[in-house]
Amino acid sequence: MIEQVQQKVRELLEAGTIQGFLGLREQNGHIGPYLFQDPEDLEGMSLGDRERPGDTRYPLSKLLLTLARNYPQASLGILVRGCDERAVNALVAWNQLDQDKVVPVGLACPQELAEECECERPYPEDPVAGKKTEPVAFASVARLQELEPSERMRYWLREFDKCVKCYGCRDICPVCFCRECSLEDQHLIRTHNLPPENPVFHLTRAVHMAGRCIDCGLCEQACPAEIPLRILYKKVGQIMEEEFSYHSGETTQKSPLQIADNQ
Amino acid sequence: MEYKNILTTCTYCGCGCNFYLENLDGSLTGTIPCKTSPVNEGKLCIKGWNAHEFVQSDQRLTSPLIRREGKLVPVSWEEALDYTASELSSIRSEHGPDSLAFLASAKATNEENFLFQKFVRAGVGTNNIDHCARL
Ligand code: SF4
Ligand code: SF4
Ligand code: SF4
Repeated sequence: MIEQVQQKVRELLEAGTIQGFLGLREQNGHIGPYLFQDPEDLEGMSLGDRERPGDTRYPLSKLLLTLARNYPQASLGILVRGCDERAVNALVAWNQLDQDKVVPVGLACPQELAEECECERPYPEDPVAGKKTEPVAFASVARLQELEPSERMRYWLREFDKCVKCYGCRDICPVCFCRECSLEDQHLIRTHNLPPENPVFHLTRAVHMAGRCIDCGLCEQACPAEIPLRILYKKVGQIMEEEFSYHSGETTQKSPLQIADNQ
Repeated sequence: MEYKNILTTCTYCGCGCNFYLENLDGSLTGTIPCKTSPVNEGKLCIKGWNAHEFVQSDQRLTSPLIRREGKLVPVSWEEALDYTASELSSIRSEHGPDSLAFLASAKATNEENFLFQKFVRAGVGTNNIDHCARL
């Protein structure tokens, strides 16, 4: 599978279509994000499958944003699974990335990973590697939904109580791009204070994920308190779908919540 | 465009979490927790997440300071070390080694901390040693 990706990237680099390719590379025994500029380096490329498929994913689109902000004229390639492509689309929709400057090289996820992620779109539009597999419904949301509201509230309050307010969920999130973050706004959050207000801190973030979260699950993986954040934001996504028929990142179409833009 | 992610170990506490420091054209732009690190498995605390910031902070000290008449004055390393050594020896000879206490640092290496405790226990002659990583 990796050969197809390497081949595609080599072509893009050699043709000068892209100035660099943001992907993953294994070095010193660790897999991390890497900007490929020299085709020679492609040998060490990784797709982020260490022990299980996709267990070593990074917010590549967020890193791309840093490069694009500093080099707005550069065309850059990026390794995309379904979720990375959704993140790129969402960043385009929110006017953060210029679509013409991003060249995605796609990878479809195996069924095993789609199940683990409960992924509704485990593939990018046009994968160069992997086979498009079946979408998987949000069973975890449905399970929680079965609880009585008071019981459900208790469940979440107990989970949120574990939060150490590291801001990791925000820092890792590929679609958290704001220069001023609501989670640091003293009118919304008691800043410089621990523990974070429960559930204000988490619900503030959840509300901000409406029309943005593309369900990559990186926040949950980065949470040292192991709070099931992904279920929370899946629910937010579900509400967006029910109320507005909007799926963040499915296309580059603007979110119904981008009021100023839509007028 | 020179973009590199440099794998390193957090200097804030004794855990030793691994992260990549994002480096674009010679300046640090971010911290990315290393997912394959057996220590922190892609997670960090709030200090680690912001490690790239202190490195480039304009509030970083670039020379030792000695307080003179209530004001901190920049001095050379030589002067700072001479002053510290003479103060430590005079306190020790007047009040004994247990009148002194020493604080080691998680920002130093294991080897430096080993030397430090050796200096404190065998050199100064006290067990009054602790470290800043007692979180
Ligand atoms: S969220 Fe979907 S696209 Fe992303 S890794 Fe999981 S299965 Fe793949
Ligand atoms: S799943 Fe988490 S990290 Fe991914 S987009 Fe949604 S909120 Fe951000
Ligand atoms: S990553 Fe987890 S512990 Fe850290 S702020 Fe987010 S919810 Fe809280």
